[in-house]
Amino acid sequence: MTGFADRTTRFLHQPIGMGPRALLALAAALVLAVHLLPLWNLTMFAPQYPEGLRLDIYSHALAGGHAGQDIKEINILNHYIGMRDLAAEDFTEFKWMPFVLGALALLFLRGVVFGSVKELVDATVLFLYFGAFSLWSFADKLYRYGHELAPTAAVKVDPFMPPMFGYKRLANFEVYSYPRAGSYLLAATVVALLVAFWLVWRQRRSHAAA
Amino acid sequence: MSSRSIVQCGFRRGGAVGALALVVVLVQCTPSAPESRRAVGSSDAAIAAQKTYVAPGDLDEYYMFASGGHSGNVYIYGLPSMRHLSTIPVYAPYPATGYGFDDDSKKMLGAFTWGDVHHPALSETKGDYDGRWLFVNEMNGRIARIDLRDFKTKQILGPVPNVSGNHSGAFVTPNTEYAMMGTRFSIPIPKGTYAPIDKYATEYKGVLAAVKIDPKSGEMSVGFQILMPPFNFDLGDAGKGMSDGWMFWSSYNSERAIGKLEVTASQRDRDYIAAVNWRAAEKAIAEGKGDLIGGVRVLDPKKVPGLVYLIPCAKSPHGVDISPDGKYIIGSGKLQSITTAFNFEKIQTAIRNKDFTGDEDGIPVLKYESVKDAEINVGLGPLHTQFGPNGEAYTSLFVDSAITKWKLGTWEIIDKVPMSYSIGHLSAAEGDTVSPDGKYLVGLNKLSHGRHLSVGPSQPESLQLVDISDEKMKILYDAFTEPEPHYAQIVKADKIHPIEVYPKEENKHPLAIWDVAQAGLTRQGNRVTVKMVVVRSSFTPTSFEVNDGDVVTIAMTNIEQTTDVLHGFGLLDYNINIVVDPGETKTVTFTAKKGVFPFYCTNFCSALHQEMQGYLIVKPR
Repeated sequence: MTGFADRTTRFLHQPIGMGPRALLALAAALVLAVHLLPLWNLTMFAPQYPEGLRLDIYSHALAGGHAGQDIKEINILNHYIGMRDLAAEDFTEFKWMPFVLGALALLFLRGVVFGSVKELVDATVLFLYFGAFSLWSFADKLYRYGHELAPTAAVKVDPFMPPMFGYKRLANFEVYSYPRAGSYLLAATVVALLVAFWLVWRQRRSHAAA
Repeated sequence: MSSRSIVQCGFRRGGAVGALALVVVLVQCTPSAPESRRAVGSSDAAIAAQKTYVAPGDLDEYYMFASGGHSGNVYIYGLPSMRHLSTIPVYAPYPATGYGFDDDSKKMLGAFTWGDVHHPALSETKGDYDGRWLFVNEMNGRIARIDLRDFKTKQILGPVPNVSGNHSGAFVTPNTEYAMMGTRFSIPIPKGTYAPIDKYATEYKGVLAAVKIDPKSGEMSVGFQILMPPFNFDLGDAGKGMSDGWMFWSSYNSERAIGKLEVTASQRDRDYIAAVNWRAAEKAIAEGKGDLIGGVRVLDPKKVPGLVYLIPCAKSPHGVDISPDGKYIIGSGKLQSITTAFNFEKIQTAIRNKDFTGDEDGIPVLKYESVKDAEINVGLGPLHTQFGPNGEAYTSLFVDSAITKWKLGTWEIIDKVPMSYSIGHLSAAEGDTVSPDGKYLVGLNKLSHGRHLSVGPSQPESLQLVDISDEKMKILYDAFTEPEPHYAQIVKADKIHPIEVYPKEENKHPLAIWDVAQAGLTRQGNRVTVKMVVVRSSFTPTSFEVNDGDVVTIAMTNIEQTTDVLHGFGLLDYNINIVVDPGETKTVTFTAKKGVFPFYCTNFCSALHQEMQGYLIVKPR
């Protein structure tokens, strides 16, 4: 048992090579770039909206198609079924997400500077936790928008779960929901971290072999 | 049937048996109408269908802006489908868009509830349509500007002083410096002056007017005028290219006759086209010349030599149209069978050489033979001429009910196509600019004579689309229109750039509000202002109370920024209906009378449009 703990501690303090450091630097750049790109997109088509109503979700803001007009339109339509307005103030995520993304970038840079497996593990675990939490938070948001409908609504609809990934038909709307560039950057970050681990693992094996 | 003689016909039928056969023979052999006019000049049905078919969801290639005559409106058509797209109300109230009910448009209409729109004139830059404004004249001496950014009437100028019966407008100069107009029914001026009818020849005056246009805003002002003999000024066209700076007006009744003009004004073989050097007029005005009559500076050609010359033109000419290069002035003598082409260079030479045959009230009359280039034998009752890209000219013939195609310069007649029926104006694609497109031409016919499902005695007018892309003209399509298209202009769709909502940030209306929290009522004495928000699907406030006799202004802002979400406001028992476009603020003012009055959204807006209503509640004093 002591042997395992010792081995783990040794492993954690083992320095990582230039490859994993470069990948950590890349990960830092990727999470910072997420700020500039939309994470998710919902597009709604209906006979009256052949061009579709578009909603882009950023880490820090909502952006509607047609210079923002689409959000107003979505809200006007949703008020008929008693759905809350999509409003930036409702999204606490917009406050903590940029902060967390910045913090994660610092964690990655910490790994670049100190260069041991420990930093790589810390950053990866926290990053995966952040990713999972964000997805849960997004799903929860969608669930609550679709379920917390005003009882006085003009048009009564059964509570519903808007699509998170893929297509769903809601009344006269075809709704498409897919991750966008920002999410792909986050996925790329995961890949970069996994490759870094793989390099460390390969390095360790070659050390062991030698 | 028509091509067979009675003899042939009888012989053939003679083989049949019995009296019944004989009856058939007699019935069959009465003279029948000439070969169905439907067939003559028509394109092959499949080709015509293909050329005019604009599939659902597809867009037309051209806009046509057609005058709505005494409806007071302008009609918009799409070509080649000939679909009626929309109506722009100008001189008459139009509940469909709430025009003439809200405070601003009501003020613009003034005391009038009708107007007789005649000649639309799209604004031009270097003699080509620039897609900014559309000017239309009206017989009561007014002229209006429609902004093509939102297709709304923005200004009505007039009645312009001294101008009486403004038929001979609106014609813009090549850079939209002026919109020209003129008198058709001469009167003693200024308006309000008395003179007995037997003093017509000397004391009644024709007036030609140049309405100034602000190059940036399009705002019109009265400009200057020119005093003329009491001829009936009919139509006009501004010189372009080499003749830029000149304006040409046709006139009839050079007899200066009164009474039944159809006889008395048709005695002379030639009347006049007035050639006006408007740049010289501008200079004279700048030098302080002219007298102030009715508040406008009026130049007397006697006192300003070189300002106006008269060109004799056969007979009672109607249309005067300038060729795309500005070289030829085409005058159509409606009571003869010829159209006359005058040469601008020859006119300049004749002016230099003082090649005159006399004068009218001191205005020199140019020698006909010296300025004429050709008399083109186009047919009976020539009225108007439009142009194609390669020297083609198309002249409408009212009496012959046809269009004749001929060639500038060689003057040869190329083709003739019948129109159903009695064509007035015609309009070719950009056919009055410096660069006509060819391709399409629309005949604006005065009579439709039942070429449509019967709608009773008040028959619509007819518009016929003609393919002019080939040597031979081919009729493609019949469309029908309410009274009454006089002139129309056809402009390539990509020259017009309309908005579809009024951007919120451009709304500077002092009573505009964008938040329901700001909606409500303020009172100063008996004057009440209600700031109202309209948005799908409610008015805020939904109801409000005022007192009997209060003067109430409702300022309604449609806070939508979505295309096609218009909201109406129909107030029952008050004769009020306004329509507010997305992003627009409109006001309507009325005096409250006691009782309870529902108001509702008149312009279908949403699934809960029917619920969009409220109450005006008026307390007794």
